[in-house]
Amino acid sequence: MKTVLKKSITFIFTVLLVTFFVFIAFELIPGDAATARLGTNATPEALAKLREELGLTRPFFVRYFSWLASFFFGDMGTSYSYGVSVRSMLAQKLPITLTLTLMSFILTVAVSIPIGLLTSKYEDRAVSTVLDVTGQLTMSVPPFFLGILVTYIFGMILHMFTPGGFVSYNVNFVRFIGYLVFPAISIALPKAAMSTKLLKTSILSERNLDYVRSAYSRGNSTMDVLYKHVLKNAIIPVITFLGMTLADIVAGSLVIEQVFSIPGYGRLLISSIANRDYPVVQAIIAIIAMIVIIINLLVDILYRVLDPRLRDM
Amino acid sequence: MDKLVFKIKKNPELYAGAVITAVMLLVILLGRLFVPYDPDAMNAADKFARPSLAHLMGCDNFGRDLYARLAAGGATTLFIALATVLIGVVFGIIVGAFTGYYGGALDEILMRFNDAVLAFPSILLALVVISIMGSGTFKVIISLGIVFIPSFARIVRSEFLRCKNLDYVRSARLMGAHDLRIMFVHILPNTFPVLLSSTVIGFNNAVLAEASMSFLGIGVQPPSSSLGRMLSDAQAFLFMSPGYAILTGVTIALIILGFSLLGDGLKKNA
Amino acid sequence: MSIKRLFALAMCVAIIPAVALTGCSGDKPEASSSIVVGIPQDLEDSLDPHEAVAAGTKEILFNIYEGLLKPDENGNLIPAVAKEYSVSVDGLTYSFILRNGVKFHDGQNVTAEDVKYSIEKSAGLTGEQSLITAFSNIKEVNIVDNDQVDIVLKEKDIDFPAYVANLNAAIIPRGNSTPATKPIGTGPYMYVSRSPQENMILKKFDEYWGTPANIENITLKIIPNADSIVMNLNGGSVDMFARLTVTQTQQLSKNFNILEGEMNLVQAVYLNHARAPFDNVDVCRALSYAVDVDNILELTSDKKGFPVGSSMFPAFKKYYVDLTDSYPTDREKAKELLAKAGYPDGFSFSITVPSNYQPHIEAAQVVAEQLKQIGVKADIKLVEWNTWLSDVYSGRDYEATLIGVDASSLTATAMLDRFVTDADNNFTNYSNKEYDDLYKKLFVTPSDEERVEIYKQLQKNLADNAANIYIQDMAEFVALSDKYEGYTFYPLYVQDFAKIKLKGQ
Repeated sequence: MKTVLKKSITFIFTVLLVTFFVFIAFELIPGDAATARLGTNATPEALAKLREELGLTRPFFVRYFSWLASFFFGDMGTSYSYGVSVRSMLAQKLPITLTLTLMSFILTVAVSIPIGLLTSKYEDRAVSTVLDVTGQLTMSVPPFFLGILVTYIFGMILHMFTPGGFVSYNVNFVRFIGYLVFPAISIALPKAAMSTKLLKTSILSERNLDYVRSAYSRGNSTMDVLYKHVLKNAIIPVITFLGMTLADIVAGSLVIEQVFSIPGYGRLLISSIANRDYPVVQAIIAIIAMIVIIINLLVDILYRVLDPRLRDM
Repeated sequence: MDKLVFKIKKNPELYAGAVITAVMLLVILLGRLFVPYDPDAMNAADKFARPSLAHLMGCDNFGRDLYARLAAGGATTLFIALATVLIGVVFGIIVGAFTGYYGGALDEILMRFNDAVLAFPSILLALVVISIMGSGTFKVIISLGIVFIPSFARIVRSEFLRCKNLDYVRSARLMGAHDLRIMFVHILPNTFPVLLSSTVIGFNNAVLAEASMSFLGIGVQPPSSSLGRMLSDAQAFLFMSPGYAILTGVTIALIILGFSLLGDGLKKNA
Repeated sequence: MSIKRLFALAMCVAIIPAVALTGCSGDKPEASSSIVVGIPQDLEDSLDPHEAVAAGTKEILFNIYEGLLKPDENGNLIPAVAKEYSVSVDGLTYSFILRNGVKFHDGQNVTAEDVKYSIEKSAGLTGEQSLITAFSNIKEVNIVDNDQVDIVLKEKDIDFPAYVANLNAAIIPRGNSTPATKPIGTGPYMYVSRSPQENMILKKFDEYWGTPANIENITLKIIPNADSIVMNLNGGSVDMFARLTVTQTQQLSKNFNILEGEMNLVQAVYLNHARAPFDNVDVCRALSYAVDVDNILELTSDKKGFPVGSSMFPAFKKYYVDLTDSYPTDREKAKELLAKAGYPDGFSFSITVPSNYQPHIEAAQVVAEQLKQIGVKADIKLVEWNTWLSDVYSGRDYEATLIGVDASSLTATAMLDRFVTDADNNFTNYSNKEYDDLYKKLFVTPSDEERVEIYKQLQKNLADNAANIYIQDMAEFVALSDKYEGYTFYPLYVQDFAKIKLKGQ
């Protein structure tokens, strides 16, 4: 339990640190919320008035903690560029990114575990070598290049989807999911290759341990041993990896959203950074930090469930 | 000869990685030295020229020689990656050495800090750093460099933790060696095997990160070429000359492949 | 759950996407009359017509809002919310007779109070700053009766009707306190909703007073990544996109008609004259000699486009004077001038370019390459559109910028007033006494002929002093799906959606 507590503290610290970092970042950029909001209408008097209104004249720490407090009560402020509440903007965008993340993650797991088992079972056969080499190649392709290739081959030549034809989830859910399939593949393939490789290494090293050898000598069949003993232990490092991957996918969708013209959080984040619309940037960064943290915690718990050796630590 | 075959069989990743990396470096070097075109020189007559003897890989939308640009872009990308990793390694060693060797409250605070940074997706951090400083080659290097420090610091720290109570360190201490001397003369060289493979992997990540950032338009700015920037440009001409995008993408992929194999191989050897 | 079952589950999950796939192939469904129009940036500045500054925002708002008058496709002013207007003998009072039965999108009738409110708000009489410099000339706005509003000027200005037709002087309801988030106008299309960085949806306004629009629903899809425009068009998810580059049009499938017109703007490298070395006229001239416009056109647009030599485009026929020969490409001369100015080895500076305008990015790369030949190193700094607006346009914090400047009102003054020393919109910080004096003379010169002559001298002044490195009025390429027709070019920066219709409609 002590480790869980320690981890939780680290995680809370992460949110604080990251949001604080973003807060300072915007403090250092020339121009502030008032100049951003007034744009071409800025006169010194109007600026001073708006600064007063927005509370920008208060000391830095006061502003940071008042932001933090209202954030945890669900008030994320108002976007400077759009004049609407950040919360309503993110409520539109986050489901898109989260769906894409989830689909990519499921694909990663669904591809890597069967293939990992297959390639470790037939370790010395040609099929394993072929899979290994393919995996190594896939791993090296940057996701955005894979995205371009997928768009070109499946979109432009084979017409299996309409590039740029994104449909939002509240318009048509089936077509929404349909559109996200290819972006999800572009994100998932390199990750799946890495996870396959890890699973294989893990299974092979587990298989050489004494207890497995003895299971074999007791006359258990290969498949049984693989499932009952080896996989159960071999999967643990893979889960850690997958947990990290999930966080990576959230960040990775930033790039893939650009390639496939998906209006998720990525485009909003990039334009908001450029527009110094910092209520939006703050909220997005804080939410991503929280998502990453929750994933980490879940992985940790799962870890303990799967590996009894760790339970008492 | 048999010995070599045996060595390759034992660690195929290392040799395949070394060969691919060497070939890519050679291709880039040859492109820098022997292609008779300025990578930025435009020529209206050669717009989208197909590959020929004059232009081995053809030309882009401004009639610029693609091979010359790929070589220049590759060099930029590699330079950024190298500088980034250097920042990460140097500061990582300093932070890791002190925290690992001395421990205590400073260690505790810095490592919590480290964990917090590591838990957060690095490209997002780099984005925030870039938003403070603005984009451009040197700013990319600095922002990525900062983001890379924690992972190296953690590796160095754990190596220092492992080594600081080993016999040779104790005897050095008994002989009255200065702490700094013990840290950087006695312990540091022993971390090199582990550090080497992580450096290669870090290099790999840096290539990918630079390419992603330039692809998003927040990294290297035109007319400077980097592989990510070129791929982003090439996307606009996918129909007219798919070769442009494919060549650029494959170059990035091969560089990454080479370094990741090399990293794996070194890890196996370490 | 046993491991075996887990395995089976994993396999099932792997199959789901393949099944979902069959649901998404094929084209989008054929909605009766709707069109998806791609636009390169979100309308980030403001949906309030009195605060919109970006040409890209205003050309869209043109469909939602109208002024008392509005421009038509031939460059004439036609009555809109006003039915007619007259000028008093002294030229100081403009009387607008309101059209009967003009409705706002919320169903309310337009009243004289709304008109007074709108003009006063737009002119900055209610406290905010006016975007129309010429409106500082408004003394008062008087409601004569329910159907007539008089605008009284401080000084005579024969261009005044052109400013009234500016989008920044659009008529909006007095009761709407939040025009920026809830736009209500009188135009042929009404605002429905928007999703930031994704889209904006417009719907035909059924109670429009004039010729009704043809297409029922318009989705404005934001495609900030210039690289994916062709994919969007060819893929069939966008039906129309204006201002494409030649290379983009060449990659489009046969399902698109490419319409060619002029953009009616002046593309140039605008120089910040408050920054060294651009405060030195020899440096500006040197750069103008170094830049080869024909070569730019050849490299970026297959020679399509109309070179210009000053801040006026050919569509203003009456005022336009051809000054393209002022600086024939001459790199030796450029180097001499640089040496004379004290920069024998050149210098370096940055050209700021908005990252969502591909034609400007491409032109900037060519310019940078050309300047290299006289030893001047130009870096290109790509910025988001809103950053451009705040840093370059309002903040004037830049060295040089490559952009197209259009005329916001149907008057030649709109192209030239921004170079007067103390003009609010003088983002290049151009300051020239002769120019200022000439400009002042415009307002006290009654003879039309003499005024035209002054306009020409103003253009010459800009060219002689190489105020900016002038490039071209760009050729405009509009891709329109062959399912539609009726796209109309305007001599202003405007997209008129109301005239677009389905083929055969």
